[in-house]
Amino acid sequence: MTALTVVQVGYGATTQDLGRPGFSDMGLGAAGAADRGSAALANRLVGNRPDAAVLEALLGSVTLRADAYVVAATTGAACPVEVERADGSVRGAASHEVLLLAPGDTLRIGTATVGLRTYVAVLGGFAVDPVLGSRSWDSLARLGPPPLSAGDVLPVGDARVSWPIVDAVPQPEPRWPDESVVLDVVPGPRDDWFTPEWRTTLTGQDFSVSADSDRVGVRTTAETPLARSVARELPSEGVETGSLQVPPEGFPVLFLADHPVTGGYPVVAVLTPSSIDLAAQLRPGDPLRFRILG
Amino acid sequence: MTGPEVRSAGGTALLATFGSLADVVAFRAGLAQATLPGLTEVVSGARTLLLRFDPTTTDAGRLRSELAQVSPVSPVSATREAHDTEPLVIPVTYDGEDLDTVTEPTGMRRDELVAWHTGQLWTSAFCGFAPGFSYLTGSDRPLDLPRRSTARTAVPSGAVALAGEFSAVYPRTSPGGWQLIGRTEVPMWSLERTPPALAPAGTLVRFVVAGAA
Repeated sequence: MTALTVVQVGYGATTQDLGRPGFSDMGLGAAGAADRGSAALANRLVGNRPDAAVLEALLGSVTLRADAYVVAATTGAACPVEVERADGSVRGAASHEVLLLAPGDTLRIGTATVGLRTYVAVLGGFAVDPVLGSRSWDSLARLGPPPLSAGDVLPVGDARVSWPIVDAVPQPEPRWPDESVVLDVVPGPRDDWFTPEWRTTLTGQDFSVSADSDRVGVRTTAETPLARSVARELPSEGVETGSLQVPPEGFPVLFLADHPVTGGYPVVAVLTPSSIDLAAQLRPGDPLRFRILG
Repeated sequence: MTGPEVRSAGGTALLATFGSLADVVAFRAGLAQATLPGLTEVVSGARTLLLRFDPTTTDAGRLRSELAQVSPVSPVSATREAHDTEPLVIPVTYDGEDLDTVTEPTGMRRDELVAWHTGQLWTSAFCGFAPGFSYLTGSDRPLDLPRRSTARTAVPSGAVALAGEFSAVYPRTSPGGWQLIGRTEVPMWSLERTPPALAPAGTLVRFVVAGAA
């Protein structure tokens, strides 16, 4: 069976697919790729089914060796990419293009300069053993195929629908340093638990991504916190991916793929799907702004 | 009961809110008997149901009008039906670190607290916090205990605890702020089992004193 060996992992990498929705009643969330658009693009580039598992690697920084011919592509946070042949010669390559690895080739994915999460797809998908029907690692539940370590052998599956039909797609547009990412939100479900000024507080200032952000959520800080109009405790309720949950400090946590099933703080607004993908690419320290739809 | 208040929760979900947990349970039971096209997942909360939908099949407006047509199944008949099923039995050793903290404000003796905990039928209202963590509500008067002022960094797996109107068993070692009254050997979560959660929403539970015949 065709497989890739993990030679090196820099900042952490996991397998992810569309996740395992449907277990909320047992306290287990869906997980899945944090930036779904980029993961789907990686699968389309190589010719995979949408449910094929990809690698999600923090800042790229992964090295893989192929033991057979493998079609691969990287998307999301763009990284320098090169392919080293078994004889040591190096072939130029790039992110967001389709690569053909020969037996013994090593795919070196360097460190991303913009963005946080790089996706690696191979034609056929990564066929590690699924858990409860999915190959997604859930960092909150600590369930699913475990995060990658050097030496792991990743089998290639048959989740393919075609050969690649394009060679390359445009990379995401680079941002100017300190340029704020704008995230769109839809108000609710608990916007009425905040003073009416929540709209101007949310949209009228820059927020900054905190260092303790992860696949559970992007934590933010800003100068002025959102103020509550309802002070009582909120009984735990189901929360959506993309929710802006506001803890007592008043700065929203943007829930990503591994968010808890229920939460006990009010959700003032929810990100649109494309803004969830943008949020998943934010690094600690990145500035962001919010725009309210409706 | 009047229909629930329905709030928007992003582009692909609605949050229905209710006055009591009993109303949540009744509406969910009614929902289970109705067919709402495009409704993909229902997540129970203490006073809410989060309703996820497939936006390619339905939309928020249509789902809202369909929800208004759902008749709740009364808690009485839901309970009677529930009594036909045997409750899950969880043997507990009542030696929790917070037993005194719990008995002091309630004026109960330890044996009275144990009798209160074992003498009623508990229902898994919803799960959350961790896989297999079931929020159990009792058929008896709740103690409405506050959480601990500071959470423990590691509550052991199998700890039996109380907080607010709920009781729960920690499915694995995790941080936690609930009051610990005992422990059990019964695993609440296991991938060796289908379903992996021992007490998903709707499950009836009875606690018994471990070792007692």
